[in-house]
Amino acid sequence: MSIMNGKAHTFGDNLNTDYVISGKYKFKTLDMKELSKHVMEDIRPGFYDEIEEGDFVVAGENLGAGSSREQAPLVLKAAGIGAVVAKSFARIFYRNCINVGLPVVEVDTSQIEEGDVLEIDIAQGVVVNVTKNVTLQASPLPPVMMKILSDGGLAEHLKKHNGFALDEGD
Amino acid sequence: MSSVKTISEKIMSAHSGVEAQAGQIVEAEIDYVMANDVTAPLAFQEFEALECEPKRDKIVLIPDHFVPNKDVASAEQAAEMRRFVQKYSLPHYFEVGRGGVCHQVMVDEGFAAPGRLIVGADSHTCTYGGINAFSTGIGSTEAAAVFAEGRLWFKVPEAIDVRLSGRFRGLVSGKDLIIKIITDIGVDGANYKAFEFSGAGVANVPVSDRLTVSNMAIEAGGKAGIFPCDEHTVSYIQGRVRGEYTPVAPDPGAVYSRTLEYDLGDLDYMVALPHLPSNGKPAAEVDVVIDQAFLGSCTNGRIEDLRTAAQVMKGKKVHKDVRMVVVPASTQVYQQAMEEGLLAEFVRSGAFVSGPTCAACLGGHMGVLAKGERCVSSTNRNFIGRMGHKDSEVYLAGPAVVAASAVAGRIVAPEAIQ
Repeated sequence: MSIMNGKAHTFGDNLNTDYVISGKYKFKTLDMKELSKHVMEDIRPGFYDEIEEGDFVVAGENLGAGSSREQAPLVLKAAGIGAVVAKSFARIFYRNCINVGLPVVEVDTSQIEEGDVLEIDIAQGVVVNVTKNVTLQASPLPPVMMKILSDGGLAEHLKKHNGFALDEGD
Repeated sequence: MSSVKTISEKIMSAHSGVEAQAGQIVEAEIDYVMANDVTAPLAFQEFEALECEPKRDKIVLIPDHFVPNKDVASAEQAAEMRRFVQKYSLPHYFEVGRGGVCHQVMVDEGFAAPGRLIVGADSHTCTYGGINAFSTGIGSTEAAAVFAEGRLWFKVPEAIDVRLSGRFRGLVSGKDLIIKIITDIGVDGANYKAFEFSGAGVANVPVSDRLTVSNMAIEAGGKAGIFPCDEHTVSYIQGRVRGEYTPVAPDPGAVYSRTLEYDLGDLDYMVALPHLPSNGKPAAEVDVVIDQAFLGSCTNGRIEDLRTAAQVMKGKKVHKDVRMVVVPASTQVYQQAMEEGLLAEFVRSGAFVSGPTCAACLGGHMGVLAKGERCVSSTNRNFIGRMGHKDSEVYLAGPAVVAASAVAGRIVAPEAIQ
């Protein structure tokens, strides 16, 4: 995975999947481009228009709490978000992100502000805040998840290995 | 390697064929995988790309979020589910009128049972821990993987020992207990972990209340919330459960990451204020005017919840400025409530009664809130915009408080209307 560059859009603690995409829209469940226009709309109206391709969602503790809706990471991807960065993640969202190929970075985000330009190396787990000239070391992704992410998500992993192949190469 | 295990470690061991310990990654055989009308279509799409035959007997499909179809888009989604069921001749599908809210149907129809490992593409799949299953929420892609493989990988969770003693006062219930727990430890207090309940107080928690407590384990980030299996569990599932099952108890000396202790007799009627389930306060201190009272959902739409509410409201009327919406969680609950005369009691009191569906719980239909409106609700989430407009408010409470508040027109404990 190459190094990603983009702007930070910052959010607080406990940003749940209802806020990423409200349950009210789940009846349009497969049209991610249409759904993505509603991303974060109850807590930050107009967010969709602020996003440039490759930008990052940066949050505090417990990012992705609540509903298991996989539409949450899919909508973020469809809206152009390149990776999600937070101090900690809720577990279902964390797994969903990996499974759909949206990189997750667990790192102390307290020094990242709205609009800061970040450079993220997923493989090395390094986040450089270019604006503030600070380098942050992320918690390493568990080997199982690194494997699924590098295969391009869970469906690709299953196709490639004809089933789960999580022990090999760890 | 330690031979002393928690319930979680034992169920993971039995399903993976290895001596599983907290922290370990295991690949485990799944007993059942469930998906509903909003999570299944995405799972179907992923599954079709895998080009294989599904594990038919393990798959349970239950439309509940936007059925009976609320509009054309939701109708298409529900139709997609039927097409998939027909294409692969899947045996476990519960049509509108024969099902209801997915988690209650999983219990009613006997898929949930002690010792089983169940996953579902809905975060409240943790509900079945109330009857000693290890059950947890997954995403749609993972559901597709289980359709194909019948297996899934897990990180075996550490467990939090929740020791219960005493018995509930009055109509205080499992909802009050779980709101108190979440308020004490926070919305990520159990992230990546499983609650395991123990102690002499467990016997005093009715099984329907255990399901309520386990249902909201996820609101503290929990991967599961598991009760032991006792004679109450066995009699609750009798006549419903499919196939054999194996109750699982923890070993003495099992290692827990943390211990919490609650005397059920010390608990108050609790209300979780907007906009987090951890904003719990005793009902008597809340006192806000409401526009709607909602009784239903996978959290508190069981027959026992309807009985409690009907008992509180007996001979009384819903306040003139309040709409009360009553939604039994499943067809079985609905029929039972009808036979017991509970639905007639709600209708007489001025409540609206609907057939089983998720309804307004997630802001879908049947009771969506306008700007500035407040709802006291027996559901599980009070996030911004959860039941409607972003400037509406949801107050989470148990069935007794919901019913009493519907009568009073403001949030009160049931004693306030006696």
